[in-house]
Amino acid sequence: MSNPATNVNSVNYLEYTGKYKGIFAWIFSTDHKRIGLMYLWGMALFFIVGISLGFVMKSEMLNPGKDLIDAQTYNAIFTLHGVIMIFLVIIPGIPAVFGNFFLPIQIGAKDVSFPRLNLLSWWLFLIGGILAVMSIFLPGGPIDAGWTFYVPYALRSSTNVSVALLAAFILGFSSILTGLNFITTVHRLRAPGMTFFRMPLFIWSLYSTAWIQVIATPVVGITIVLVIIERLFSIGIFDPALGGDPILFQHLFWIYSHPAVYIMILPAMGIVSEIIPTFARRTIFGYKAIAFSSLAIAFIGYFVWAHHMFTTGISDFSRMVFSFLTFIVAIPSGVKIFNWVATMYKGSIDARTPFLFVMMFIFLFSIGGLTGLVLGNLATDVHVHDTYFVVAHFHYVMFGGTIMILFAGLHYWFPKMFGRMYNERIANISVFIIFIGFNMLYFTMFILGYMGMPRRYWDYLPEYQPLHIISTIGSYILITGLLLMIYNLVKGYYSGKKAEQNPWGGVTLEWSVPSPPPLENFEVIPTVEHEPYHFETHEEVK
Amino acid sequence: MSEITTSTDILTEEVTHEHSHVHRDDFGAKIGMWLFLFTELLLFGGLFILYMAYRVQYSEAFHFAAKELNIGLGTLNTIVLLTSSLTMALSIAALQRHKKQLSLFLLGSTIFMALLFMVNKYFEWSAKFSHGIFPGSADLMDRDKGEIVFFGMYYAMTGLHGLHVIIGVILLSFMYVFVKRGSVNPDNYIKLENSGLYWHLVDLIWIFLFPLFYLLH
Amino acid sequence: MSNVNEHKSHVGYGRYVLIWLILLSLTIATVAVAGIDLGKLTLSVALLIAAIKSALVINIFMHIKFDDKIFKVFLLVALMTMLVVFVLTSTDIFFR
Repeated sequence: MSNPATNVNSVNYLEYTGKYKGIFAWIFSTDHKRIGLMYLWGMALFFIVGISLGFVMKSEMLNPGKDLIDAQTYNAIFTLHGVIMIFLVIIPGIPAVFGNFFLPIQIGAKDVSFPRLNLLSWWLFLIGGILAVMSIFLPGGPIDAGWTFYVPYALRSSTNVSVALLAAFILGFSSILTGLNFITTVHRLRAPGMTFFRMPLFIWSLYSTAWIQVIATPVVGITIVLVIIERLFSIGIFDPALGGDPILFQHLFWIYSHPAVYIMILPAMGIVSEIIPTFARRTIFGYKAIAFSSLAIAFIGYFVWAHHMFTTGISDFSRMVFSFLTFIVAIPSGVKIFNWVATMYKGSIDARTPFLFVMMFIFLFSIGGLTGLVLGNLATDVHVHDTYFVVAHFHYVMFGGTIMILFAGLHYWFPKMFGRMYNERIANISVFIIFIGFNMLYFTMFILGYMGMPRRYWDYLPEYQPLHIISTIGSYILITGLLLMIYNLVKGYYSGKKAEQNPWGGVTLEWSVPSPPPLENFEVIPTVEHEPYHFETHEEVK
Repeated sequence: MSEITTSTDILTEEVTHEHSHVHRDDFGAKIGMWLFLFTELLLFGGLFILYMAYRVQYSEAFHFAAKELNIGLGTLNTIVLLTSSLTMALSIAALQRHKKQLSLFLLGSTIFMALLFMVNKYFEWSAKFSHGIFPGSADLMDRDKGEIVFFGMYYAMTGLHGLHVIIGVILLSFMYVFVKRGSVNPDNYIKLENSGLYWHLVDLIWIFLFPLFYLLH
Repeated sequence: MSNVNEHKSHVGYGRYVLIWLILLSLTIATVAVAGIDLGKLTLSVALLIAAIKSALVINIFMHIKFDDKIFKVFLLVALMTMLVVFVLTSTDIFFR
């Protein structure tokens, strides 16, 4: 089947010029690759803002009492830090950037099922982000209710709760549409011969994630709508003064927000399943187990949400049920880790930068996951709930987990996306610095939490100060590492060495197209004849 | 789950757009629509969870307050929506059989009944408002907490449903124009089918809202 | 995957009308049952009838009975998830 206009594939997607010129060629583009990049730029910007907020918070915590900002400002800052990092960076995260860029290519398609809907998703992301930032400056001031906006405080706070929540609602829509697009694409646009069990594991993870995006997000959507109309009309749904039950709010909130963490981590695990075979030069151990574990995590992940609510006054019976289910959901994750390690056993390890990020991930995510068990256990949770222990736990899994793999994916697919290479030595040094800074920053928080330091507190007792100081110094080291990494990537983008089509020797379909890919990805849609990680039996695709 | 789908199976033409990867895929469009319906299901599902919880907590107040709802109007609206689902399905069937005028008539009837539903809703709500029962009203605040919550849930759920009826009216009006102009026709009617799916969902939500609010006693 | 437009047999007008008549009857039944005081059972019966009505609308009006199996699988997944969420929430609400 020949393209009606074959010149669409004679230049790469970055240089292609069509109907629109200049910036419009990007913001009106329905090309999944350009959309993926636009998400990357937006998310990078929001990530830097989020890190800066974290920097201010950590600096404030150097001493008890006021260092830089007052308590109200601190509350607004940790709220914004959460809202930005969660809704504008991590949840769009890997699906929005690498899912958009590589899902069609890895299944042998020219684009997603609904390219225009895809562009709409990005526009909603942008509008939501702008609204969220605007809410900081509008009269009333930035929202200070925590990213979790629990009632009744979210109903009472005089800050711009409604605008911020509206932004979150719009962002939720963006997420839903992306999920809808990906599910349809996986069902409809796989290349000839690519059965479900010949799909790369990254696709399995995106597929599982997409189902969570579609089914879980609407629940927080309705929660947001109800809080907004309760603020506007005193309708009497959550407000205890009117007969409402704040615990029901928490139920609805976490029915989404727990599955949301699987939206965050599943695609990351999918990328790990791509990187390890490539750099161990071995086919993945237990392909089907990993594929099914993604589905299992997505499914069981819906049923554990109340482990965020153990101390709120829900029934004893429900607490036992949810604690039990929480332990169950850890099992499929364990399956993945075991299979990854088994893949590396007797492999021929090529410890390049993406691989180093993955090793860091396995270490950090394991700590995060194991501490999740401490939180999932009813008896221990009572002591560490709402302390720095929780803060450490979720930073280990979200930052040490998802974000590190976002960095890994960036370093893995950089040559493919941009046709250039970065400086690997500097990249590896940045990994090392990040690792040191990260653990200094967050491991101390486990101890602080265990000692009783509450979360979201602007002030603290003097006995906590030494650990706070170590933690803050860790944050400065971490930020240094991040800046070095970003500098290296930007330099590589502008003046890096030209990259070959397949610098790592990968065998999935993206490595069979030029770096950067042409507009429609493939001259001819390939026919797939074997499983995705076929290192032992075939030469790598040149 | 090893369905082998090839790109060549994707039906009909490669539309030569600016980026020629915009292709027609009716089956995919239908998948997308059902997925969207699931989001609506979960959106209202959250409200139904709240309803369940509050009904358990305030069962007496709920029974008492529900008496103020008009069963007659509720039943009438149920019948109106069910009939509109019929005319919607018939409209698609007619178009499939190349009966364009009949299809338009049935589609118009669906829109008419949707508007009828909203008119009834308007009468219901304005009657309540004139009795001083609306969110934040002094009369309502005077009542038991359970009754405040009942009416809070009532307005939230029927309000959100009503909003979806209005969206449906707009959507079906667009379909009416497309059928009239011929861009939706017997060889290309997936848009009409998908609009029909949306409309049936609106009906389904009401099928549950009706007994839960109007038939509480 | 065959063109969904190429059904060998479309659902006939008559079938749609028949389903509609059943739906109307069930509606009347629901209203009638509400008048009888069955205590706790009234709610269950009302919801059961609503479920039957839904099944008819989904299968016939929304055509899922005649469409590819994948739609039924999808719907089942969504409904199952929602059902379990309801049940789990109940473990709190009903046991406080």
